[in-house]
Amino acid sequence: MPDIQPYLILSATLFVIGAAGVVARRNAIIVFMSIELMLNSVNLSLVAFSAQLGDVTGQILVFFVMTVAAAEAAIGLAIVIALFRRKQTLNLDEINILKW
Amino acid sequence: MIEQYYPIFVMIAGGVVFGVLMGKVNEFLGPSRPTEEKSSTYESGMEPIKTARERFSIKFYMVAMLFIIFDIEVVFLYPWAVSYKQLGIQGFVTMFVFIAVLLVGYIYVWRKGALEWD
Amino acid sequence: MSLNIADFVSSSPLMAVTATALLLILVEASRKGRPGLSFTLSMAGLFAASVFAVVNYSDEQIVFFGMLRQGWYANFLNLVFLSAAMLTVLVSKPYLERQGAHRGEYYILILFATIGMMFMAGANDLIVVFLGIELMSLCLYVLAGFFRTKDTSNESALKYFLLGAFATGFLLYGITLIYGTAGTTNLEAISKNLPTLSSQWMFMVGVGLLLTAFAFKVAAVPFHMWAPDVYEGAPTTVTAFMSTGAKAAAFATFVLLFHQVFQFTGSKVNDLIAYIAAASMVLGNVIAIAQANIKRMLAYSSIAHAGYMLSGIAAGNSEGQTGILFYLVAYTLMNVGAFGIVGLMEKVDDQNLQLDDYTGLSQQRPFLAALMAIFMFSLAGVPPFAGFFGKYYVFLSAVKADMTWLAVVGVMTSLVSAYYYLRIVVLMYFRDGKGDVAAQPAIPALVAVTSSAILLLQFGIFPSFIVNAVQKLF
Repeated sequence: MPDIQPYLILSATLFVIGAAGVVARRNAIIVFMSIELMLNSVNLSLVAFSAQLGDVTGQILVFFVMTVAAAEAAIGLAIVIALFRRKQTLNLDEINILKW
Repeated sequence: MIEQYYPIFVMIAGGVVFGVLMGKVNEFLGPSRPTEEKSSTYESGMEPIKTARERFSIKFYMVAMLFIIFDIEVVFLYPWAVSYKQLGIQGFVTMFVFIAVLLVGYIYVWRKGALEWD
Repeated sequence: MSLNIADFVSSSPLMAVTATALLLILVEASRKGRPGLSFTLSMAGLFAASVFAVVNYSDEQIVFFGMLRQGWYANFLNLVFLSAAMLTVLVSKPYLERQGAHRGEYYILILFATIGMMFMAGANDLIVVFLGIELMSLCLYVLAGFFRTKDTSNESALKYFLLGAFATGFLLYGITLIYGTAGTTNLEAISKNLPTLSSQWMFMVGVGLLLTAFAFKVAAVPFHMWAPDVYEGAPTTVTAFMSTGAKAAAFATFVLLFHQVFQFTGSKVNDLIAYIAAASMVLGNVIAIAQANIKRMLAYSSIAHAGYMLSGIAAGNSEGQTGILFYLVAYTLMNVGAFGIVGLMEKVDDQNLQLDDYTGLSQQRPFLAALMAIFMFSLAGVPPFAGFFGKYYVFLSAVKADMTWLAVVGVMTSLVSAYYYLRIVVLMYFRDGKGDVAAQPAIPALVAVTSSAILLLQFGIFPSFIVNAVQKLF
């Protein structure tokens, strides 16, 4: 049974960096990249757990996460483009017709 | 465990020191006589016409989005192909349904004209 | 292990909606500009699925290699989602035609979102929960931005997307930690090993992350900040669907996970849920008073309603489950109805969305005003409408679980809420109109709002009809 603790710590660190990026950054694309970082850090944990447990479910879930992340990327880009065409900005502070 | 990586740290440190040192030595010892031709972006290439940071066609995004979506199906096809023999006819039919659903999406994209460049 | 016909039969509602959605994509691909056909087909598909759901209302069985659990629970909620979808489709057609955005893709997205909801209610595996939530959410992100030439719609879609995807990260990390400690994603297996698992901190962190993600999805305080903006900016009919179907689906999974799998009754977890519920009730109701825009007011009211339903989960007893499921039925009907009327009133370019625009509605459109009054009374929890019994059951369950303080908070905030719901009734009936409130008549939308009002009355006068159907479940 491999020692997976380093992987879990790395994964948790990346997840926190991603979450902090979502909260701190103001550019929609960078916020979106931070979200992708969160999803991929989770994938790292999943693969580590999967290796430790000797069970493939974790790896299967990784495939689904990748697929969902791809679909999310496509939809997110589409929304960002639609918005950018009208507002010419991606700064979340300027996207404020509706109050936050 | 960390001792195993010791040579790598030495290598990294050596690389950084050597690289910075060489750059600085060059700066001090080498003659510096810039001309307009020398300081252009590509000294013996094409003249840069305008800035690279300009907007480009929305069609690239369209292609990129469609590529992402239809590319990711391989993630499911590959494990299926590896264990094709064990899965048997049931696996074949399941994958057939999966591809059929994707095909529906492909037909939609195609008929809506998203694949045409002009 | 192999698939057999029984798997497909017991999940026939899911199959019917899926087949209709795929057919609609082909229709949309082959005939350009025939959204009327898509409307008819999607109604037919949703209706067929509801028939299948009634026919399959039977013992629970595990199908598709332990991935789905079909039967009473799933089919009861399937009926809620399908009615939400049908009512939304009905109110959408005239609304979209008026706004000049009537496209067939709208119905496809509604159907796929419904499929996601049905997966959530019928899940027996955390992977299916994840996929269901994502399928639903991704469709709703697009629907929120469906008016792509409108700034408010785009902005709402972006905010919904960014915060929804953020919540997905938490959900996924929670699932991962649970998988890592339990060694499986199967809900039954987790439920069996719960006593040993709940002493591990990593498992409890996973449960906490799941709780966060679901609080995001149901828009409970402190994860509610997206809801008012998204509800206000999205097309009104989409808001109707988001605030009912999506919320019902999130609560379906919430009940599934936090009642049937993680039984923490009487523990710190349930106390935490109780605090979230109380905060949602207070904040939602108090801020709703200050709103001038009716969609925004209903958004804050939906935060408050999430709080009422969460108190049923915090109670953790069977009355709580019955209460939540009854509440979901009532809430779906009254909220789709209220947003349906807002959609009928709305003109192009966000006109007629202020509370003042409803002044004197009873003189010009007495029928619409009467229906709106029914929905407002029901949302406020006035008997004999179904909203009253929903509140009654969840507060009763809180009292039975020794959380009397929660029921007291609930009743007090309900009284506060009566102020802003009844204000609309007062405006409609006891103030003279401005003269320009004429809502456009539209047959499908009127059918939808009228039938929701009739059902609200029926379930309010005969609540035993739903309660009996629900109590069979547990």
